[in-house]
Amino acid sequence: MSTSTETRVVVIGNGMVGYKFCEKLIAKEKTHFRLTVFGEESQVAYDRVHLSEYFAGKSADDLLMAPRDWYSENGIELYTGDPVVDIDRERKQVRSHHGLVVGYDYLILATGSGAFVPPVDGVEKDGVFVYRTLEDLDLIQSYARKARKGAVIGGGLLGLEAAKALLDLGVEEAHVVEFASRLMPRQIDDAGSGILQRQLESLGLQIHLNKSTQLIQGTDRIEGLQFADGTELPVDMLIISAGIRPRDELAKIAGLETHPRGGIMVNDQLQTSDPSIFAIGECALVHQMIYGLVAPGYEMAEVVASQLIGNARSFKPFDMSTKLKLIGVDVASFGNPFAQEPDCRTITYDNKAKGVYKRINVSSDGKTLLGGILVGDAEQYNMLLQTCKNLTILPPNPEDLILGSRGGEEAGVGVMGLPDEALICSCEALTKGQLCHEISENGQNTVEALKKSTKACTGCGGCTPLVKDLIQGVMKQQGLYVRNTICEHFDYTRQEVLDLIKINQLTTYNEVLNHLGKGDGCETCKPLVGSVLASLWNENILQKDRAVIQDSNDRYLANIQKGGTYSVVPRIPGGEITPDKLITIGQVAKRYGLYTKITGGQRIDMFGAHVSDLPLIWEELIEAGFESGHAYGKALRTVKSCVGSTWCRFGVQDSVSFAIELEERYKGIRAPHKFKSGVSGCIRECAEAQSKDFGVIATEKGWNLYVGGNGGSKPQHAQLLAADVDKETCTRLIDRFLMFYIKTADPLTRTATWLNKLEGGMSYLKAVVVDDVLGIVADLEKEMQLLVDTYHCEWKEVVENPELRKRFSHFVNVPEQKDPTVQFDSMRNQTKARDWKTVS
Amino acid sequence: MEVLHSTTTTTWHQACTVEDIPADGGACVLIEGRQIAIFNFSRRNEWFATDNQCPHRHQMVLSRGIIGSQGEEPKVACPFHKKTFSLRDGSCLNDEQYSIATYPIEIRGGVVYVEV
Ligand code: SRM
Ligand SMILES: Cc1cc2nc3c(=O)[nH]c(=O)nc-3n(C[C@H](O)[C@H](O)[C@H](O)COP(=O)(O)OP(=O)(O)OC[C@H]3O[C@@H](n4cnc5c(N)ncnc54)[C@H](O)[C@@H]3O)c2cc1C
Ligand code: SF4
Ligand code: FES
Repeated sequence: MSTSTETRVVVIGNGMVGYKFCEKLIAKEKTHFRLTVFGEESQVAYDRVHLSEYFAGKSADDLLMAPRDWYSENGIELYTGDPVVDIDRERKQVRSHHGLVVGYDYLILATGSGAFVPPVDGVEKDGVFVYRTLEDLDLIQSYARKARKGAVIGGGLLGLEAAKALLDLGVEEAHVVEFASRLMPRQIDDAGSGILQRQLESLGLQIHLNKSTQLIQGTDRIEGLQFADGTELPVDMLIISAGIRPRDELAKIAGLETHPRGGIMVNDQLQTSDPSIFAIGECALVHQMIYGLVAPGYEMAEVVASQLIGNARSFKPFDMSTKLKLIGVDVASFGNPFAQEPDCRTITYDNKAKGVYKRINVSSDGKTLLGGILVGDAEQYNMLLQTCKNLTILPPNPEDLILGSRGGEEAGVGVMGLPDEALICSCEALTKGQLCHEISENGQNTVEALKKSTKACTGCGGCTPLVKDLIQGVMKQQGLYVRNTICEHFDYTRQEVLDLIKINQLTTYNEVLNHLGKGDGCETCKPLVGSVLASLWNENILQKDRAVIQDSNDRYLANIQKGGTYSVVPRIPGGEITPDKLITIGQVAKRYGLYTKITGGQRIDMFGAHVSDLPLIWEELIEAGFESGHAYGKALRTVKSCVGSTWCRFGVQDSVSFAIELEERYKGIRAPHKFKSGVSGCIRECAEAQSKDFGVIATEKGWNLYVGGNGGSKPQHAQLLAADVDKETCTRLIDRFLMFYIKTADPLTRTATWLNKLEGGMSYLKAVVVDDVLGIVADLEKEMQLLVDTYHCEWKEVVENPELRKRFSHFVNVPEQKDPTVQFDSMRNQTKARDWKTVS
Repeated sequence: MEVLHSTTTTTWHQACTVEDIPADGGACVLIEGRQIAIFNFSRRNEWFATDNQCPHRHQMVLSRGIIGSQGEEPKVACPFHKKTFSLRDGSCLNDEQYSIATYPIEIRGGVVYVEV
């Protein structure tokens, strides 16, 4: 029902760019246009850039650009699973596969591209796939279940992503076959490729360069690849990722000009040879090239949407810098990565041992950055990219840019030093100026808030670190950053709340909230107060009003797992266990149908317990002498030990005994985050004590105490606090160190991060806990002793207390019934939780 | 279960007793095969009933979530990935694409009734 004032716009293709065009057009002008969208895929537009995350557990719904309702809510007619098959340019109408005919004033082609499949004999065989759509991924996933060896043809950006996906899908061998003499030939140089290859090999990929595939062997299904040099590679599945081919077939039928090598020809306004038809995204050939990235596609959507509302705009050459994601090795290239002397000065850093390669190309006058390559460590990518794009004047020693700050200030130019025009989020074309305004004037000072108000960080996500820095920078400028208050209910830092609770002798959450806070609390402040109350008074965490303020794990004294069941980890101090106790674990696991696994912390985890079985399981374990292992709490986990002098020919002290003593001493103590420990019997360090929050290593004369170590995503070695001390001194120092940490750290901060942030660092810590410059060590020791003396096993208290025990059921009205939606699959003769995706 | 009065599509059910639900917390009841989360927001003197299933990963856990407020809005946070839902209308407060159903609830004589 178009009226004469309505402009009819038809979009062909509901991919990322087609969707973005709709979003931009209706944001500019809603009433004037009548939009119709045709999509060939049955899904509404989804985020293809993050397609591989589908294998990591994201559902198709998570990947949607916008839910289906969004289209109807915005008055857009959407037909999915119905490709356009013909364009009648005379009558200005399109016809779909299902026979729908729709007229247009403007037609937008956003048909994207398909995978380019080289003409190799045998590509039609079963087990040969491309990697482009959700449907492709479903097919690959189900085929991979029975495949043992997989290969990817193409060692470019997408090929490597696909190869990593093969690994993640669990094939035993994953190969990458590349025609060129190096990986990612369009982004990185030979030296970078060499480092990348070694890194990928260490992840388990096998790389074959200079290989031209001639034949796909096998009768009906693929059995192997045969190469031009006569060699062969037996595989039972193959993903072809040899480049993209613009989808210009419809444009061809309609008689629009296309390029012999593919692509719909458009001018700078993105008009095809028919002025009322535009082409955007990966199907369009502009400036003699296809832009195979999402950010330029979004810019094209913007250019056409602006023109339709009457603003002249043209598409300018677009930056093609890229950062490889997901593969587990950082790779990035920006600007002109291949610029060479004499046009520039090239600085490279090549560390084969660490697997890091960095190259920057600096203009001959040394003033600006032309481009570069980063492999193995791309942390500086965003900064370098901005420095390059904005022609920022370089510091006198440009090598600092890639070698990082060597003692002292951050090298180069921080994000706050960039000009206001610097493009921070290239997907959404947001400049530093716009974002700063949003943060300072409109108060959008979290990444989440900025995502909502500006869409920053919602595209490729590459700008997120820079956006975070920007938020901090702006807040700092306004003098706002200093106080890290808890949430809307408490205008205090954790340390202040702890002090106030102590002074006022508060013991329940409601008392704390009434005294110090406002509103009704939330999931941020409740567990935090719960942890502080436990650190101060060590009363049962489930009593008074405290059960309902704990995070789910603490509330049920077990770790919640996929599907809503729990895992149970009994304490096994120092990793030492008797045969009888091992038998009990086996019996209990069998009786309750639990999956068992040795953890990375020298103990045993039993998974898949129904909430109502927990007290029964604990009862049996307690009977056999076990206690809670506090795997669920922000508390001591394990004190890992090596076997030490009791058996080991090198041991100089009894590390197992000391580990057990320490674990018994600190078990159950609540802290801002979990903490771990280890005790090694000699300098060989088999207990990895230096990677722990506190670690002890035996010496000929006594023990060396290290603190502030961390594994996790940012591993860090612990630092020496005291050398050659006896056990008693060592324990006293640990008491003080832990208590000082508990009293002063921010919420959810491990000791390593706390120590990194502590002004004065290690020397200050030593001054406080060893030299007692603050005069507080006696108090610290006393407070710790109180916690040690008031230890209780939380499991035992639940088992023995009918009131608490009653809370361990799934249905309060039918306590004997278990959650019927819990489902398990079997794997290697045990159970596993049913995957998220298949539960509904 | 005792039926009080019925409309065309829903019925009031006796769900559990007041003591079954911890103060300022929740628990789950089974009503005609459906899992309903009941929350006793005693700090505000209000009761709420919602789906027990979190729509994000279809987990039956919302009754085990921490409740609280955002501004004036009463809410519950899913224990899994902390999506938070308004207890009043079920809308998700940190991800527009999700929402849960809420159900009328009444307390009479120490008994909790829910209309499902
Ligand atoms: C079970 C276990 C894996 C295993 O099967 O081996 C495990 C399982 C989990 N780890 Fe771990 N970690 C396990 C050893 C480790 C280790 C190795 C170690 O302790 O020697 C590390 C690195 C060492 C370290 O912490 O410094 C480790 C570093 C992490 C981290 C990162 C911490 C960090 O500071 O960066 C997290 C995330 C967190 O705590 O926020 C984490 C979080 C988790 C959580 C709690 C994730 C979660 O929220 O559900 C997992 C709980 C599963 C469960 O329900 O039991 N896990 N985790 C290991 C239990 C050891 C134990 O007996 O208690
Ligand atoms: C695995 C993978 C990883 C990627 N990673 C990155 C990355 O990290 N960074 C980056 O910038 N880019 C990346 N890309 C590229 C990015 O996804 C594309 O640049 C972007 O999707 C292009 O958008 P588009 O709308 O032009 O095409 P598409 O998203 O392909 O959408 C085109 C749509 O049009 C449909 N269509 C075609 N013909 C018709 C017809 N006749 N009628 C109706 N519908 C039709 C197609 O079925 C398709 O759904 C990646 C791509 C893949 C496959
Ligand atoms: S590394 Fe730890 S947190 Fe991650 S999946 Fe393994 S057990 Fe879970
Ligand atoms: S399952 Fe509820 S937030 Fe993910």
